[in-house]
Amino acid sequence: MSLFLIAALPFLGAVFPALLIRAGRNASASAAGLTTFLAFAGLLLHAPAVFSGEVITARFDWLPGLGLNANFFLDGLGFLFATLILGIGLLIILYARFYLSREDPMGQFYTYLLLFQGAMVGIVLSDNILLLLIFWELTSLSSFLLIGYWKHLPEGRQGARMALTITGSGGLAMIGGMLILGHIAGSYDLSVILQNKDLIQASPLYLPALILILIGCFTKSAQFPFHFWLPHAMAAPTPVSAYLHSATMVKAGLFLMARMWPVLAGTPEWFYIVATTGLVTMALGAVIALFKDDLKGLLAFSTVSHLGLITMLLGFGTKLAAVIAVFHIINHATFKAALFMSAGIVDHEAHTRDIKRLGGLRHLMPVTFTIALVAALSMAGIPPFNGFLSKEMMLEETVHTVWAGSHYFVPGLALIAALFSAAYSFRFIVHVFFGPKRDDYPGHPHDPGAGLWLAPAALITLVILIGLFSAKLAGPLVAVAAGAVIGGGELPYYSLKLWHGFTPALYMSIVAVAGGALLLAAHGPVMRAWNAAPRPEAKVIFDAVMEALARLAKGITDGLHNGAITRYGAIMVAFTLALGWYAYESGTTGPATRALQAIEPIPALGWLSLVLATLMIVARHRNRLLALILVGVVGLVVSMSFNYLSAPDLALTQLSVEVVTIVLMLLALNFMPKETPVETPALTRLRDGAIAVVAGIGSGGLIYALMMRDFAAPPISEFHLANSYKGGGGTNVVNVILVDFRGFDTFGEIIVLGIAAMVIYALTEAVLGSRVRAYLLNRKPDLPQAGDAHPMMMVVATRVMMPLALMIAAYIFFRGHNLPGGGFIAGLIAAIAVIMQYMASGFSWTSERQRFYYHGIIGSGVLIAAATGIGAWFNDLPFLTSAFGYLHWPPLNEFEWATAALFDLGVFLAVVGAVLLALESLSRFAWQPGISSEHAMDINPARDDEPKKENEV
Amino acid sequence: MNHLLIAPILLPAIVAPFIIMVLRYHIDLKRIFSTASTVGIALISLALAIQAADGTVQVYELGNWPAPFGIVLVLDRLSAMMIVLTAVLALAVLLYAIGTGWDARGANFHALFQFQLMGIIGAFLTGDAFNLFVFFEVLLIASYGLMIHAGGARRFQAGVQYVVYNLLGSTLFLFALGTLYAVTGTLNMADLAVRVAELPAEDTALLRVGAMLLLLVFAIKAAVLPLHFWLPASYANAPLPVAALFAIMTKVGAYAILRVYTLVFGPEVEVTAGLAGDWLLPAALITLAVGAIGILGAREIGRLMAFGAISSMGTLLTAVALFTPEAVAAALYYTVHSTLAAALLFLIADMVMERQGGEIAAKPVMAQSGLIAALFFAGAIALAGMPPLSGFIGKLLVMDAARGHDLVWWIWGVILVSSLVTIIGLARAGSLIFWKSHGLSPQTHTVDKGATPPPVQATSSNSALPFVACFGLLAALILLTILAGPMMSYAEATAAQLFAPDAYLETVLERAGK
Repeated sequence: MSLFLIAALPFLGAVFPALLIRAGRNASASAAGLTTFLAFAGLLLHAPAVFSGEVITARFDWLPGLGLNANFFLDGLGFLFATLILGIGLLIILYARFYLSREDPMGQFYTYLLLFQGAMVGIVLSDNILLLLIFWELTSLSSFLLIGYWKHLPEGRQGARMALTITGSGGLAMIGGMLILGHIAGSYDLSVILQNKDLIQASPLYLPALILILIGCFTKSAQFPFHFWLPHAMAAPTPVSAYLHSATMVKAGLFLMARMWPVLAGTPEWFYIVATTGLVTMALGAVIALFKDDLKGLLAFSTVSHLGLITMLLGFGTKLAAVIAVFHIINHATFKAALFMSAGIVDHEAHTRDIKRLGGLRHLMPVTFTIALVAALSMAGIPPFNGFLSKEMMLEETVHTVWAGSHYFVPGLALIAALFSAAYSFRFIVHVFFGPKRDDYPGHPHDPGAGLWLAPAALITLVILIGLFSAKLAGPLVAVAAGAVIGGGELPYYSLKLWHGFTPALYMSIVAVAGGALLLAAHGPVMRAWNAAPRPEAKVIFDAVMEALARLAKGITDGLHNGAITRYGAIMVAFTLALGWYAYESGTTGPATRALQAIEPIPALGWLSLVLATLMIVARHRNRLLALILVGVVGLVVSMSFNYLSAPDLALTQLSVEVVTIVLMLLALNFMPKETPVETPALTRLRDGAIAVVAGIGSGGLIYALMMRDFAAPPISEFHLANSYKGGGGTNVVNVILVDFRGFDTFGEIIVLGIAAMVIYALTEAVLGSRVRAYLLNRKPDLPQAGDAHPMMMVVATRVMMPLALMIAAYIFFRGHNLPGGGFIAGLIAAIAVIMQYMASGFSWTSERQRFYYHGIIGSGVLIAAATGIGAWFNDLPFLTSAFGYLHWPPLNEFEWATAALFDLGVFLAVVGAVLLALESLSRFAWQPGISSEHAMDINPARDDEPKKENEV
Repeated sequence: MNHLLIAPILLPAIVAPFIIMVLRYHIDLKRIFSTASTVGIALISLALAIQAADGTVQVYELGNWPAPFGIVLVLDRLSAMMIVLTAVLALAVLLYAIGTGWDARGANFHALFQFQLMGIIGAFLTGDAFNLFVFFEVLLIASYGLMIHAGGARRFQAGVQYVVYNLLGSTLFLFALGTLYAVTGTLNMADLAVRVAELPAEDTALLRVGAMLLLLVFAIKAAVLPLHFWLPASYANAPLPVAALFAIMTKVGAYAILRVYTLVFGPEVEVTAGLAGDWLLPAALITLAVGAIGILGAREIGRLMAFGAISSMGTLLTAVALFTPEAVAAALYYTVHSTLAAALLFLIADMVMERQGGEIAAKPVMAQSGLIAALFFAGAIALAGMPPLSGFIGKLLVMDAARGHDLVWWIWGVILVSSLVTIIGLARAGSLIFWKSHGLSPQTHTVDKGATPPPVQATSSNSALPFVACFGLLAALILLTILAGPMMSYAEATAAQLFAPDAYLETVLERAGK
């Protein structure tokens, strides 16, 4: 079977359990089991090749540019791990089927399990370290789901998050390490990296890469000081613990260290970091394990300890130690999975895993007892079980290890660890199964059905067989896997057998077992002393750190984003000024190329009033009406300035825009307080004032500098001047630019205008649909209102002015192409003509006489403009290409036609519609019941009925 | 003249007013036309992308005026990619909005949506700096409308800030354009490039100011710290499907930076040397960090996603700020990823918000909790840049491209630590919302059946459609992962095209001779 398929099968199969759970729990479990079995069978088919030393590969270029390729290879080490993952996976699936209760969503469980399994298989088969990283992080994610499987339990959720945080952060560190490693080796392919030991170890980046990769391994394999997540992951259902913490997840770190062993090991850095960490972890884990009352907690720390043991062996850097490490990986996986499962059975049947509440189970649960006994004795290192073999070899190896000149440090600590290891193994048996039968078990302990004990029974069979026939059974696998770890070359001499003669290791083993038994005998007092001693509680610290981090993050975020737009604006302007100044400073300025013009007295007066008006706004802006009037002054002077500076089009536009804007703003002001309250402290205002002054000086200075200089190259406007009549058919260049040269900009801008009006409309709709409406209806004017809201004089005057204004609009529109004017200005004027009617006779009266829906007018304007533009397509010319010509219709004079006029009509309509829609929308705020009058003015000039009373509410 | 070039701008520009005028009261018809238009845009942009894939640059001269005197639209690999991305995103968001009934909660959703698309696509296609301003205005004003869609006090308040801040930005844009025109006398980007390159070295200060101001405008749009303040509140308080669409808006800023600072003020242009990379890179890293911190510090799901959007912009701009072809290729890949991922997350956030409110806290188990949780998990993986989704590949690409840069350790460090903070924040939020709800006092389970269920709105007739949209986006992310190889070849070709703008310049300006 292709390696791709083996790696992909669990992922593909993960879909089925979640779906098939509807067909029953057996269907779901079978789907998971079958998937795993297929992958396992596929793997075993490669066994002959692997044992003959072949390396099976499968390659696919995924992202060659980065060096991330889906390359897989299967060698001895990969085979060993894949066997453990899939083989134990099968047993776990069987076990879990009977372990989980009816309330547990079993489909999800198997789906998560298969995802996790796939990720693990991916890790051990990857031939590309980036690909490996992907699977690596996937194990963190899928284990997160598995650990948090019982989502209603806070321990489950917290344990899952802790595991994700720790292993995830290690994974991230490893990303850095792997990128460096790939950089050194020039390839991300393991098969290449593994050939470059000298290159890598000589690189100055070796140490950073090593440390980062090791952080990844240590977090995953729960090495001190990252070990604390593992016990908390025990909140998961026991099948998860058995799987994750015996054969898979925690072994991933070991796998990677073994995988990288040929290139990373052998240096002092490697030795001191890895071996020391392993040693400390081994001792610490063993000590803590003895004092855990929770069965799974005990096993968790024993796992930590054994992982430390293997890490230490890999850290020694000798080939023999590597072989032992491989052997112990196999042994640990078998007995530890069996132990977890038996702990799970006890929990399942007795409804507790608290050792203090257990005891005397050997008669009640003989099968479970047998299984647990064999597995625990193996863990303790008692012959003839497999744990003894590797443990003794380990002890032997420590004797030959010198740590910083000391011959006793390593073996000493190892002995302590072995001693405690024996003690907690004995405790697992003695305190749970021996002793008198109790009558206060929370459940009714008895042996479960075969479904639950078959899987651990299979495992202890292995424990026994490997112990007895190690060379035959495990020998080839150890040889081929260890061969892969040491990266070719001869395997060192070793022999897998029970009896090695009277070696120091044997004495150490005896001391350990005897000491362990004594320690257990004295367990009560020792336990009390341990409990009395102060010691850091990792979870408390972790939770506190996380809580502090979250609070800090919230503090930073909320402090930074405090919601004050004034501050946001101040930061933006200040930042812009700083960078603008930097850009200016870092460049060079040439001399000015233009001379200053003389200032004429009349314009100077105008600009003086501009300045004065601006200053007055600053001084009196809290009076909103006054500020608005002053803004009007500013607008007026600006319009006149445009006119003075030979821009009549701009002046006309600005003037009509001013009128419309002021009317709209007056309308809005009607609903707002007349004064702006003081909302910021004086210091803030001072700060803002200073920023504003600097910004003003900055922009003024920039404009001054720009106007004192000529263009570096002839500007494109020269082309516009030259081609306006010839190509655009108009002599008013500004208008030709608007409707022709840059008609597309205008097209965009009328849409902007139209949208703006629609937004105002939507805003009023939303506001009037909310509670604000009640407020508006009950609003009492804060100032006395004028007696006649719709004065007759004004009504009459506006009626007269309407046709006149519309005439002017038409005039301005038609002359636009050649003289100042055009659709935009005409639209504003026409809108003003209608606005006058609103002002004179009121919103309701006018609305009733309005025939056209303003949205529609906007829409028609945009559509006409677009249609004009598209018309050019029929001549196979681009959008908005204009055409013009001259017609002579007697008795009229010859006149010009231009498609641009049609476009301008679109502009006109859009402007009219937008302005009126905005006005109409804002006016609706003022609506009150009874406000409407059937007459155009407050009194009815015809006097054929009684004057209607004003609404008195 | 290939009229297809202007079609993705004109189609929404015509459909939108049509909807306003004719389909005023017919929500079903509006939905049909809006969807049809969006599908149309998607098809057109795909066709354009196919045309652009071989590296040809096409130019469309509006009004038949040659560049630089008229306005041109230019299609190259980059703009083609961006409009395809926009169309795909828009389609998913639109389906979601229709399915949840969001579109019917206020006036003119579909018209504004189409105008919004027009603005975004126009910004990607235009080859004229002032026209870019116009399209910025179109997309901004439409976004104001969409942002306050359906109303509400908080939304209005955030909307006002959004408008004010962006008006400041627009003003700055005008200053920048005025400065650039006053110095160079042109607005066409290709022409600008030519003229900037010929500028005398002894008079650079004013041009530099103009270039810097322009960069700042784009940086505002791209939400670079400290110019990002408009984003958190407005995205968090906007209707979340709209926020999902806005995922592309920040990319407009990034696009504009890429475009202008490769074409006009490219890395080898001396007069504008040192304007972009020097401050943009640290700023981008800070953006990334602050975004990640915001994810951890958020107490509301909308705000969480808003900071997610900020952090992904940080990563994206880190790559952009390196201004090397490799980094830009990585940035382009990441752009596609982060747009789709951010949109997906906003849609998921909306599902949560509609069912149990915005607070990140355990509430009674919501309807369709399992599906939504699965989507959230996938989305969180994408956002945090974890495998197996494209975020991880994108992150690797960015980190790989940073190799060799002076600040490489900073870049790697910030990216990795921010990822961790993001993971912690998302795990926290997800476990509170989706897991802890199962652990609420056991009575709730029994009480729930009799008592009134939590308000489940807007999951009426089309309740499958929102999931179709979300799973569609997720599928796009998966495709992006699987097809990372071809996608990266396109991105690399695009980056190559950007860093060798000769073809672009020739195509746009050569026709001027005719």
